[in-house]
Amino acid sequence: MPINAEEVKKVANLSKLAITEEEIGMFTRQMVDIIQMVELLDEVDTEGVPVTFTVAHDHTVLREDIAVQANLTEELLKQVPETEDGYIKVPAIMDNGEAGA
Amino acid sequence: MNFETVIGLEIHVELKTNSKIFSSSPAHFGAAPNVNTNEIDFSYPGVLPVMNKGALEYGIKAALALNCEVSQHTHFDRKNYFYPDNPKAYQISQNDNPIGSNGWVEIDVEGQKKKIRIERVHLEEDAGKNIHGDAGHSYVDLNRQGTPLIEIVSEPDIRSPEEAYAYLETVRSIIQYSGVSDVKMEEGSMRCDANISIRPYGQETYGTKTELKNLNSLNFVKKGLEFEEKRQQKVLYSGGVIQQETRRFDDVTGETILMRVKEGASDYRYFPEPDIPTIDISSEWIEEIRETLPEMPSVRRERYVNKLGLPEYDAMVLTLTREMSDFFEATIAHKVDPKQASNWLMGEVSGYLNSNGVELHDTKLTPDNLAGMILLIKDGTISSKMAKKVFLELIKNGGDAKKVVEAKGLVQLSDPKQLLPIITEILDNNQQSVEDFKNGKDRAVGFLVGQTMKATKGQANPGVVNKLLMEELAKR
Amino acid sequence: MSELYKKNVDELQSLLTKKEISAVELITDTFDRIESTEKEIDAFLTLNKENALKKAEEIDEKGITSEKLLAGIPISVKDNIVTKDMRTTAGSKMLENFVSVYDAAVIEKMSEAGLINVGKVNLDEFAMGGTTENSYFKPTKNAWDQTKVPGGSSGGSAASVASGQVPASIGSDTGGSIRQPAAFNGIVGMKPTYGRVSRYGLIAFASSLDQIGPLTRTVKDNALILNAISGHDPKDSTSAKLAVPDFTANLTGDIKGMKIAVPEEYLKDGVAPDVCQAVQEAIKTFESLGAIVEQVSLPHTKYGVAAYYIISSAEASSNLQRFDGIRYGYRSPEAKSLEDVYVMSRSEGFGPEVKRRIMLGTFSLSEGSYDAHFKKASQARTLIRQDFDHVFSEYDLIIGPTTPTVAYGFGEIVDDPVAMYMADVLTVPSNFAGLPGMSVPCGFSEGLPIGLQLLGKHFDEDTMYRAAYAFEQATDFHKKQPAILGGK
Repeated sequence: MPINAEEVKKVANLSKLAITEEEIGMFTRQMVDIIQMVELLDEVDTEGVPVTFTVAHDHTVLREDIAVQANLTEELLKQVPETEDGYIKVPAIMDNGEAGA
Repeated sequence: MNFETVIGLEIHVELKTNSKIFSSSPAHFGAAPNVNTNEIDFSYPGVLPVMNKGALEYGIKAALALNCEVSQHTHFDRKNYFYPDNPKAYQISQNDNPIGSNGWVEIDVEGQKKKIRIERVHLEEDAGKNIHGDAGHSYVDLNRQGTPLIEIVSEPDIRSPEEAYAYLETVRSIIQYSGVSDVKMEEGSMRCDANISIRPYGQETYGTKTELKNLNSLNFVKKGLEFEEKRQQKVLYSGGVIQQETRRFDDVTGETILMRVKEGASDYRYFPEPDIPTIDISSEWIEEIRETLPEMPSVRRERYVNKLGLPEYDAMVLTLTREMSDFFEATIAHKVDPKQASNWLMGEVSGYLNSNGVELHDTKLTPDNLAGMILLIKDGTISSKMAKKVFLELIKNGGDAKKVVEAKGLVQLSDPKQLLPIITEILDNNQQSVEDFKNGKDRAVGFLVGQTMKATKGQANPGVVNKLLMEELAKR
Repeated sequence: MSELYKKNVDELQSLLTKKEISAVELITDTFDRIESTEKEIDAFLTLNKENALKKAEEIDEKGITSEKLLAGIPISVKDNIVTKDMRTTAGSKMLENFVSVYDAAVIEKMSEAGLINVGKVNLDEFAMGGTTENSYFKPTKNAWDQTKVPGGSSGGSAASVASGQVPASIGSDTGGSIRQPAAFNGIVGMKPTYGRVSRYGLIAFASSLDQIGPLTRTVKDNALILNAISGHDPKDSTSAKLAVPDFTANLTGDIKGMKIAVPEEYLKDGVAPDVCQAVQEAIKTFESLGAIVEQVSLPHTKYGVAAYYIISSAEASSNLQRFDGIRYGYRSPEAKSLEDVYVMSRSEGFGPEVKRRIMLGTFSLSEGSYDAHFKKASQARTLIRQDFDHVFSEYDLIIGPTTPTVAYGFGEIVDDPVAMYMADVLTVPSNFAGLPGMSVPCGFSEGLPIGLQLLGKHFDEDTMYRAAYAFEQATDFHKKQPAILGGK
């Protein structure tokens, strides 16, 4: 699939990255090179080949349903750029949920 | 032109496990903000999820209760999107291999039975909560982040808001019976989004659908869908086009309001979660879990009507919650007449629960003591009127019905040896009434019964009093 | 005692247990050594002097028990492994001032063994790169020639060990990030089997590929450190529930009858003649030790890099989304709206290579590209795994070069992503299969070290150590030191 400046902008947007006009040129060029390299894969016959997404040794790794109170809240909130009354504070959320459960 | 309505529901149900689905933080609410969290819930660099066995078990149980096939080889996927309540900026969910698929439930709308197919039941984690302030800020609480959820997705088999209501009620009671969730829409442990479209009758393709959000009760689901059904019809009748959009139900006005128009599907970039190894579920485990499922409400209802001879209405009311139904069954196990037990549960008991805003388990009433009390009525130890006093004592403070009756001196006077002298005295003192009776005025008996009850401070057994009076009157 | 910094882990261990030196003496000496060489090497991002000395004092007070034989040994840690007692930056502006609320599992293991973490060492930002030039803070220098890159991403780890600042370091390897800098610095680097060492607390780059491992100057030291950090961790579902053998148990020098495979694809054009030559010599050494060495084929090798950059970038794009300026790390001071918080914090906080990979990964997973890119690459990954399965059904070990060339100069390839990526061709396949991979010194080219790569079966690091030790004992490469460590 070819990649152009338009596609690069779309991808940057999905990634929550801003790229300047100059960067668009550089990233587009580099992405084109990388995608070209990656297109080497087109010659591999993968018909019927299963995917590998993990090489973990064990399957079905489960934990007993036991709750543990970590008591880390204070320390966790210390790293938060902005808090108020124990909440994480952010600029107003404008819409009603991009997605989610 | 007439339109057919097509509805599909997506129901999210919070599973009541002790700990979260991928972290060991407590999974209950009511705590101060961000208290039930750890480094995993805050998505710290380097943290990893570990699957909660309890959540998996509940997921399987729910899938079985909804007549789904359980996937024996499954995995999780990442659903990627940025949002303040979504701290990894991906939600661990199941995309291409849900824990349950191809299920169904049977609904009943005014005696019409219909199967609604369930496409899938999948496990995922809940997000945190965003609280919207008014000074240009929002506030994030991650206590809910990571609470286990199942999402139940119906096929577009629902054809009216009434069916949607019945479907939701049925699913709720099935999940509630299976014991994996509190399923309280008001508290958010059950949430529902609805997809609705309309099409001319006979048309095979679906119309453009809109998605409804903020449907926080069964009634809102029905009202929201009713409004949306009419709105779409109006748009089409006036030559307009339905847009694919998300709309919010406003519970004050009863209307749906445009939230946003969908510009193509969001790109969630799903891919298999590499931090959680694949999950194999043995047939043995599935069968073990299946055996822990209780008899489902529809089956109980049928049994109550056909075997116990209860009216349909009684059967329906008694099976609304598993707690009530279990209570009923435990009560009649004491050889209490089912209709008597039903009358008490639907009458006095429900009345008490409603007016006090509590549930059965919040009271001291037990099937044992309720059955004991009903049996005391049956054998004449107490009158129905007395029973109401006994009942209040039992539901408030508990105890054994017999002992309560004794302690309160509520035992009914049924012994002729004790009653006869009293009756003789009353007859002696009320010659006029005796005369009236002999002259065919039957209501004189009522007066004499009343006098006897008064003399015994209401403790006399009216049946016995009546019988003795008639015998004594006949002698005079 | 003089020149402690030249001593290996096992020598220091013996000096400490015999009480010929104290832990405080050793740690003090280590910090002196770091201070005197750091101008030339630039390996460290954060030093842990106060805590390290405190730990050394405790060890001197308590004495060294038999279960804590590594007590008092100084070690450096790659700065993508989180620590409570000092910041963890991942080489990024994004985490410049970030202090974790928890210690990585490997830090706990080190602590249990008595190892003393003297500081956090440099890396390519979020471990993405092969030169350490992608660090937000500074480039680290090669121990042998300070005009050359130390390799990466564990460049700080390798340089700190090779230059004698520390005898051992903990690194991480996603596509060669332990083995390549070990090769470039003439030391021993082990990427254990996926699942051997817990990843809990390793800032994820590509979750299905990342693995933590040790870098040391000798094979035995390496085995000693791996002994200390291995084992199942209930907090990492991908860590294996397997017993850990004593990796030093079979360091006998005897490898008679060992069956070793040399993939023809690992010595093809693109691999520098000097490197090929050194590997050919190594093959002769193994044969002289009684091993049976035969050529085999791993036909899908050439697809490894392409598949690697898709899969690793896809996972990275998702893993790095949590750096959003909301709960920790950098938040742009200019951010006004929520969208600003996301976009400005990430755009200002990440460097160009990280952005490139995030975008490549996002692209590979997005609608319309998923099947052609991510899915295709994940299928190619299966084929690469199967290649290894075939070879390992008949052989005990695979050997070849670690890298196609020796270390390059600064700026030589950093702006040419494709050239940089192709340099990983020999190391990425084993990450795909989760196999253990190791680099040991096997020669020099114009004064720069060459690495020999050993690949083993799953959880068979033991055989690799056995072979590497025999090779080390039969050769003198590990005895040659860079000038900074007194070599000539």
